Amino acid sequence: MADPTELDRILALHATREGPLLPILHDVQAAFGHVTEDAERAIALALNLSRAEVHGVVSFYHDFHDEPHTRPVIKLCRAESCQARGVEALAAQFAGETRVSIEPIYCLGLCTVGPNAMVGDAVHARLTPARLSALVESVL
Amino acid sequence: MIVRISDDALALACGADDVARAFAVAGCTVERVSSWGMHWLEPLAEIDGRGFGPLTAADVAAVLDGTSSLAIGPIAGHPFIARQQRLTFERAGKTRPTNLDDYAATGGWAGLNRARELGAEATIAEVTASGLRGRGGAGFPAGIKWTTVAKAAPTRKYVVCNADEGDSATFADRMVMEGDPFLLIEGMAIAGFAVGAQQGYVYIRSEYPHAIAKMRAAVERSAAIIAPFRIEVRVGAGAYVCGEETSLLNSLEGKRGEVRAKPPLPALEGLFGKPTVVNNVLTLAAVPWVMAHGGAAYADIGFGRSRGTMPIQIAGNVRHGGLFEVGFGITLGELVDDIGGGTDSGRPVRAVQVGGPLGAYHPRADFHLPFDYESFAAADGLIGHAGISVFDDTADFSSQARFAMEFCSVESCGKCTPCRIGSTRGVEVIDRIRARSGRAADRVETLPQMHNARKAPRSLADDVDLLTDLCETMKFGSLCALGGFTPYPVLSALRHFPEDFGMPALTEEAAE
Repeated sequence: MADPTELDRILALHATREGPLLPILHDVQAAFGHVTEDAERAIALALNLSRAEVHGVVSFYHDFHDEPHTRPVIKLCRAESCQARGVEALAAQFAGETRVSIEPIYCLGLCTVGPNAMVGDAVHARLTPARLSALVESVL
Repeated sequence: MIVRISDDALALACGADDVARAFAVAGCTVERVSSWGMHWLEPLAEIDGRGFGPLTAADVAAVLDGTSSLAIGPIAGHPFIARQQRLTFERAGKTRPTNLDDYAATGGWAGLNRARELGAEATIAEVTASGLRGRGGAGFPAGIKWTTVAKAAPTRKYVVCNADEGDSATFADRMVMEGDPFLLIEGMAIAGFAVGAQQGYVYIRSEYPHAIAKMRAAVERSAAIIAPFRIEVRVGAGAYVCGEETSLLNSLEGKRGEVRAKPPLPALEGLFGKPTVVNNVLTLAAVPWVMAHGGAAYADIGFGRSRGTMPIQIAGNVRHGGLFEVGFGITLGELVDDIGGGTDSGRPVRAVQVGGPLGAYHPRADFHLPFDYESFAAADGLIGHAGISVFDDTADFSSQARFAMEFCSVESCGKCTPCRIGSTRGVEVIDRIRARSGRAADRVETLPQMHNARKAPRSLADDVDLLTDLCETMKFGSLCALGGFTPYPVLSALRHFPEDFGMPALTEEAAE
């Protein structure tokens, strides 16, 4: 269960905003790592929405999860420009990497220096197998 | 000694912080500025106007004692920069992004001040006279949109900046927000003043944390200058479809990012049902120049009905990738071969995709096309947000066509059937085409009550026909550009590279 006082703090922080649901969900996701059913209920109550409406929003967006990540996440760009620079071959080499979760992301806006990846807010460009290996080791 | 190094996300991803630290340790004063947009040279250091790059921390000693082999000479005279006409990006590489003094000292706020002197009506007239069209892809005249909002019933109005730049091969929005955030703020403030809006929102995709941080800092620092207009930065949540304006509005309202049917136009019933200007970052960022120098000066540049400059992004497998702002009308071939220098892999260019995941693949036979909205539309393509992704001869375009459909199925908002179901069926048909497997009628199709279902097996040619037919349905039956334009990459791949789909290759004459 998400800490209720932290959740209340987040809800109060955004109380006066227009269209506060996404900012709230971003903060909840950042604070707790995922958006639980209990959090959805509390948010729905605070915003006078049904839980279904809140859950509909949570499930629509790739950034919100109802389960926490169990492994460190590396987001590897798989969009066209990175494909043109060989990301598919790179990804295939790391298909067996089970210690981290290598998730696809569609475009980091670094399309001239791919393949690219993001860990947290940090971005990494010009990835080679050796550099991606080093990145994997660094997040473990 | 002052060393200037970019702190934009691309430079950071290439290791600019390490290089900056090494210069600082060596006793230099390091200034973190915006990026020049010559990405193959990042991290690029500038000392007294001369450039060095791409650097690592280990190269710093050689740069300081004058023996570096990475010297490129005066940056402003570099052919990649000298050939451009930078209006929107006139400060690129020259100022510290969130420094108000730098912005004011380089002509900042001149556009907003002139707009305030002229008044709202004359401001819109100036923007209309400039011929500025929406840079997000649709190319709708900005002045007309602003007029509609200005004339809407006097009520609460909004200016929404679409900074959900999700297309691969595009990064100009990111570079504006990370390199010159006050420029976008000034453009939004002018729009707000012109249409009578009090509140602005910048909707930035969550994949751009650096742009979000810089925009938030810049909004805070410039609040008093743009008052009474207010701006708030909002963050997307990883949905590509939210780059579509009505979906973006729903997302801002805190709903699922589903597309709305138009009409009503957002200009009349937009955010929270109120009249709303929704413009792309590049559209709004072009406005301060238009206001400072006059609409006529802007309209003097360009080609046909595409006036002004376009920040073109040359990316993918290209040797000299980066941001190239130039008047409309330059040919695709010049951009890819002369300026981009061909592929980074050194292999021949097989095709380029123009306009992101919803843009067509263009073979070399299209390289004569002038870069403008109408010419690309006439060639069954689009310029979109002006991103060019270069592919060499190892690319397989049936695989790229499959990716286009797969991307659409992952990112579809689910509102309309052609996009939601069509994209999934598209992946299946392309898989069969790629496997050359054909398909026999299945159990349901062979049921006696299925009078209209086809009983004969499908051949490769039948599947190609089916794919073409499906693309037609998506193109004309989808609510928004996601389902409506996904057929562009698919059909262009099929048309130009039939051999990748197991069909006979085009002959030389047909390719011309």
